[in-house]
Amino acid sequence: MEFGIVELSRLQFALTVMYHFLFVPLTLGLSILVAIMETVYVITNRPIWRQMTKFWGTLFGINFVLGVATGITMEFQFGMNWSYYSHYVGDIFGAPLAIEGLMAFFLEATFVGLFFFGWDKLSKVGHLVVAWLVAIGSNFSALWILIANGWMQNPVGAEFNPMTMRMEMTDFFQVLFNEVAQAKFVHTVSAGYVTAAVFVLGVSAWYLLRGRHIEMARRSITVAAAFGLASAFSVVLLGDESGYNTTHSQKMKLAAMEGMWETEPAPAAFTVFGIPDQEARKTHYAIHIPIAMGLIGTRSLTTPIPGIAQLVDQAETRIKSGIIAYDALMHIRKNRDDSNPLEVKRFETHSADLGFAFLLKKYLDDPRQATPEQVQQAANDTVPTVWPLFWTFRIMVALGFAFIATMIYFFYRASFKGMRFPRPALHLAVWMIPAPWIAAELGWFVAEFGRQPWTVDGILPTAMSVSALSMTEVTLTLIAYIVFYTVLFVVEMGLMLKYIRKGPFQDVEETDAWVKRHNERLTGRRNADSLAQPAE
Amino acid sequence: MILHTLIDYEILRVIWWGLLGVLLIGFAVTDGFDMGVGALLPFVAKTDIERRVAINTVGPVWEGNQVWFILGGGAIFAAWPPLYAVSFSGFYLAMFVILAAFIVRPVAFKYRSKREDARWRTTWDWALFASGAIPALLFGVAVGNVIQGVPFHFTEDLHSIYEGAWYMKFIGLLDPFSILAGVVSLSMLVMHGGAWLTLKADGNVRYRARRIGSVAALIALLSYALAGVWMAFGIEGYQIIGDYVTNGPSNPLHFDVAKTASWLTAYSDRPWIAIAPLMGFVGGLLTFVGLRAGREVSTLLFSKMSILGVISSVGLTMFPFIMPSSSDPQSSLTVWNSSSSHMTLFVMLVATVIFMPMILAYTAWVYKVLWGKVTEADVTDNSNSLY
Repeated sequence: MEFGIVELSRLQFALTVMYHFLFVPLTLGLSILVAIMETVYVITNRPIWRQMTKFWGTLFGINFVLGVATGITMEFQFGMNWSYYSHYVGDIFGAPLAIEGLMAFFLEATFVGLFFFGWDKLSKVGHLVVAWLVAIGSNFSALWILIANGWMQNPVGAEFNPMTMRMEMTDFFQVLFNEVAQAKFVHTVSAGYVTAAVFVLGVSAWYLLRGRHIEMARRSITVAAAFGLASAFSVVLLGDESGYNTTHSQKMKLAAMEGMWETEPAPAAFTVFGIPDQEARKTHYAIHIPIAMGLIGTRSLTTPIPGIAQLVDQAETRIKSGIIAYDALMHIRKNRDDSNPLEVKRFETHSADLGFAFLLKKYLDDPRQATPEQVQQAANDTVPTVWPLFWTFRIMVALGFAFIATMIYFFYRASFKGMRFPRPALHLAVWMIPAPWIAAELGWFVAEFGRQPWTVDGILPTAMSVSALSMTEVTLTLIAYIVFYTVLFVVEMGLMLKYIRKGPFQDVEETDAWVKRHNERLTGRRNADSLAQPAE
Repeated sequence: MILHTLIDYEILRVIWWGLLGVLLIGFAVTDGFDMGVGALLPFVAKTDIERRVAINTVGPVWEGNQVWFILGGGAIFAAWPPLYAVSFSGFYLAMFVILAAFIVRPVAFKYRSKREDARWRTTWDWALFASGAIPALLFGVAVGNVIQGVPFHFTEDLHSIYEGAWYMKFIGLLDPFSILAGVVSLSMLVMHGGAWLTLKADGNVRYRARRIGSVAALIALLSYALAGVWMAFGIEGYQIIGDYVTNGPSNPLHFDVAKTASWLTAYSDRPWIAIAPLMGFVGGLLTFVGLRAGREVSTLLFSKMSILGVISSVGLTMFPFIMPSSSDPQSSLTVWNSSSSHMTLFVMLVATVIFMPMILAYTAWVYKVLWGKVTEADVTDNSNSLY
């Protein structure tokens, strides 16, 4: 593969979006966890819950700000590096981004300042409302972004306008209630909740291992395990819903994720392990579970799932049909004031395949001149590279099940074993902290790499979407991003670790006094510190 | 869905042209004082405690203010996709610099006071200064370029191509007129930052902010006047020629455009638009007087009025042009040829009508809760929780 402006722009987008996505999941989940903690504080009036709110709130703030800052990059990047994409689908894609600003981002950003600075300026309930508004704002943000992303995966409610050379919206509600977008939204926010739960669990486990801030850590674990349990189940179940949607909206992505080279008789088997070989179109050393894939993908025993070979054949047909659409488009454009109704009819018949003709633009300027070999080549291009998809998907799923197991265990210990946790389990919880980030990044990878070679599935190829820039410019900004983002990452991690080591530092006296009184009440003895053992 | 035909395409386009202005002005009057405070930081605050006073006047609100900028970008993307595509890729390196500033600034606010180390804090103070002053300057430079026309053209497929070598997307932008426009925007936002600090800070910070802010107000007035004279005698304007429709498909190549002697002929065609520059001048003058006299609320309001006047004067003078092309006038972007579709403009308008009043209401409420000065005592007493 030659490395040109398209590949460089893709690399830049992947790096900046994956970096952005290091901060987003924690923001989504921690905003809610913090709001839950503050709710407990307002209901019970126990100062320790306020201290917990402030402590986890501080960590939330350190993370939140980088999510905000790196999010701006994303919004700029469409116009900077993908200007043809912006022109071609801005009519649909821009709307959810703008509504995200109006409905969600203003909300979270306006109130996040008050969350940190308003403790003395607001009533208790007032401040609680602010905390929830920040959480709701963050989560609505995710909704609109995923409506935009869902449209790239499953472009509904829009059609091509030959006069403006772009896609235009025909039905906003189809864009809004796109089933792919909805499934992605719930899957992604659940992933964020799991991330925050694992984070709170891990950090609290570390305190227990050290014998520090035990009261706060135990309560935090209880909240995190309950919240995490629900989220871990929902992330896996709703991920399955995403997969089910993929079966009809993006058949090629599904086939590539599963390494399904040929259509198998229904119900297809699920390949647990294997080494996909793109050249030979085979998966070596495959281990299958019979029937499973058919059930997951189609929820039936009789519907077949098309394999890669069959999908390539379909793509070839669509490319040929797209060339007709392209030809008609050229005629319509040439005589725009007086277009031939026959050409218009011809265009309308084939316009759904116009994007497939654009796949040829990689090889020649005018798709109408393409040789049969070039058509075949373009059809083969519709297959994404299989092995990275095959593997990232499986690791993500395995991690999903690991989260469920962890959360069940901690929930059980917290609820029925008097919040006593064995040391190995606490160690495991600490080591688990990076896992949700890995799973989230892999999930993003599966969704976006699996969409290749398209930016908008079946509509606009990635190769056509880029700006007319020089290699120098994009290389320059790429290097700047890498340097810049690395520095920020080191700074962020440094602060995060500093504040975790420091522990809760606000309202310390008041909370300690309350904890002491509370424990006395519980045990009926003076100076008893029953819960002060680090762990079993 | 046929609901969108309730409002004419042409009218929707004009409304969205107006909303683009509202967003830019909203950004300039809110985030503008954040940038102004950043640009003033090294000069109005010498000690750590003074710097924290200055920073904490904007501490709780900069994040919400910055959303005007993000929403501005989103709205251009949604309502004016060709403008978004051409300007963001055309001003590539300049955009990157602005972007870098908008990434550094939040981090600098948030992280600056999280460590005691003096070097750590000084570094972030410089970051705040640069990320306030540089974009404040570059926004004006960009406007200066747009007024003169930008060298780009569209291909038949509507790929936008920017003329010239890559480094021209930064250095090429810095011609004398555009630098003057940059001085207008920088001094205007410094003036605005000065007015904000006069209201929200006290002691030395407030005193210095008044002094420097009033100098900035004078510079803003003079450079704005100079730019007006320059436009009257030295800058060409653009106009659409031949027959055209205002509710047709958004394709710039369907229009014919030619250069004219000056943009300012707009003032003889539509004399009422003179109210915009007038507001710019009067507002600037009253801000100057207010800063000298140490008045607070009224000064900030006059400063806002000045910004409103200056920004709308640019838009009203150029109407219906949004971004003319100097190298291929036919590719110029106007209100009539570079909007989203009829339906998208309508959907976005509905969203704006629903959410904008809510945003204004809760933003006003937040400012009300935070009403009052930030003093050195506040910073010392809440050292842990403040920036």
